[in-house]
Amino acid sequence: MAESDVKRIVTANRLRDGIPVYRTLDGGWSAAIDDARLVVEEESEALLAEAQSGPPPLPVVAPYLIEARRVEGKVRPLTLREVIRAFGPTI
Amino acid sequence: MYRYDSFDTRFIAERVAQYRDQVRRRLAGQLTEEEFRPLRLMNGLYLQLHAYMLRIAIPYGTLSSRQLRQLGHIARTWDRGFGHFTTRQNIQFHWIKLEETPDILAALAEVEMHAIQTSGNSFRNTTTDPFAGAAIDEIEDPRPYCEIIRQWSTLHPEFSFLPRKFKIAVSGAANDRAAVRVHDIGLYLRRNAAGEVGFEVLVGGGLGRTPILAETIRDFIPKRDLLSYIEAILRIYNQYGRRDNLYKSRIKILVQSLGIARMRDEVEAEWTAMDHAALALPDEAIAEMAQFFPPPDPAPAPADDDGFGAALETEPGFARWVEQNTAPHKVRGHAIVTISLKEPGLTPGDCTAEQMDLVADLADRYGQGEIRVTHEQNLVLPQIRRVDLPSVWRALGAARLATANVALASNIIACPGLDYCGLANARSIPVAQRLAVALAPREREIGDLQIKISGCINACGHHHVGHIGLLGVDKNGEEFYQITLGGSADANAALGAIVGPAVKSEDVVHSVDTIVDVYLKLRTGGERFPETYRRVGNKPFKDALYAAH
Repeated sequence: MAESDVKRIVTANRLRDGIPVYRTLDGGWSAAIDDARLVVEEESEALLAEAQSGPPPLPVVAPYLIEARRVEGKVRPLTLREVIRAFGPTI
Repeated sequence: MYRYDSFDTRFIAERVAQYRDQVRRRLAGQLTEEEFRPLRLMNGLYLQLHAYMLRIAIPYGTLSSRQLRQLGHIARTWDRGFGHFTTRQNIQFHWIKLEETPDILAALAEVEMHAIQTSGNSFRNTTTDPFAGAAIDEIEDPRPYCEIIRQWSTLHPEFSFLPRKFKIAVSGAANDRAAVRVHDIGLYLRRNAAGEVGFEVLVGGGLGRTPILAETIRDFIPKRDLLSYIEAILRIYNQYGRRDNLYKSRIKILVQSLGIARMRDEVEAEWTAMDHAALALPDEAIAEMAQFFPPPDPAPAPADDDGFGAALETEPGFARWVEQNTAPHKVRGHAIVTISLKEPGLTPGDCTAEQMDLVADLADRYGQGEIRVTHEQNLVLPQIRRVDLPSVWRALGAARLATANVALASNIIACPGLDYCGLANARSIPVAQRLAVALAPREREIGDLQIKISGCINACGHHHVGHIGLLGVDKNGEEFYQITLGGSADANAALGAIVGPAVKSEDVVHSVDTIVDVYLKLRTGGERFPETYRRVGNKPFKDALYAAH
């Protein structure tokens, strides 16, 4: 898979229960990583800034950027840590 | 065990009320995460990969049946039906919702428990021998001293801005079952030449990034001076401990930097200048605390009866369990039972709500209502009559709690690792599961073998002191495991040495199998793994392990 297929998404943990969530196309948050908005690297800081803005309380804690790809319509993070966050413990 | 007085009860209730208001303000947006984070950590609440994690203090690993039942209730009501016992003799719940945490803390307060000082640069849970009060090799029950230390240190202003977290372990027995030498301060109850009981004091132990075994700073301190001497150590740590570098902030680094001789001089000078009387522990105060920890039922019980003997004869599984999971008790006719939370293939240290209920019921019915948590992530019923062992074993077996593997290869210590923990680089639990399944069929042939796995350099899985230690490392996004050999956490404590380059996750089982093969081939007589390793050194293991590479 080409390097250009690697995109960025914004993730965080939901404030009230701590579950991993992902920034969506409509500017909300979803627990399903497939709902995540993927952007190219050049647009990623803007996406993160948008995710960090808004009146308090933000519904999430500490948003950050991760790398991901869309494979056959499914969004897949690149690192094992983020795969485990997205899909749960491997045990 | 210790029971809260009116001060304790009021304090904990006030703390829950304060925390409830803090959570309300956080959810309402009146507190930022930056403001709230230290407040939640002071109450044991971490944010991890999948959810919040609540770490609950189990003082010196001692639980009543009522408390264990309440932990089961918490698991069932606010988590996913299980909890995870840790190497600090505490319990963690990994699927917690912030909005529900005030109710959980209130439920803990109902049974005289809390989650205070399970995080941050504070005085953490004082740990001890899980066989305390029952062990046949014990000079004295260490728990009254643990409770005295707990009460004295909790929210002590001198310790509210320590350079880093601080851990004390106390042992009263000849065999060290509390890993005393890997603590910031270690205390061994000792008898001096005059026959008086006091403490040998060790300082500067710890695992993590820089593993160091504690060294003796004083051979003997009378009981009366225990607190003043510890406070003198803490004062020196507060004065000279580094706050500019997280990785050099533990007292072990200070002791290494000063040298034990200068550290001793500094502490002795501070202690000499202190007002000893203000912190003196008179015999009456110790005796008063000891009343909370009465000796076990003094009535000797029959060593055996027909049922016990018949079960030994006819049930090989029972005989194996008695041999492996029970220990001699100081009262004739009694036994100390270790309940393994290490069925091969399952998660080390995990316990379901139903299992907690069952253990609490067994403690009530057969064991004077007492349960202990071990740093090896198992549970202990310390007061069981030998004649009741068949009944206890059968009940445990029905709940998958009768695995006869204490001290054997499948009794693996493993931290939660990358499956849960935000700090981890690699998974610990799946590796432990695969290893336990692979080694269990021949673990009785292997004998005593302690395997310990950590998912990162913080070493919550105590890998440095495993006979075989595994440290998970990330190499370009791939999980590798660094293997150390020859460590030990007992009275002959030793740090393991790295055997060679780290191995891939899929090669861990084969690598450990190879190490075990070498050990079985080279051991002589009744040698345990660390003894063989010390005798033959690293080379035979390294040669076998990397022969194909």
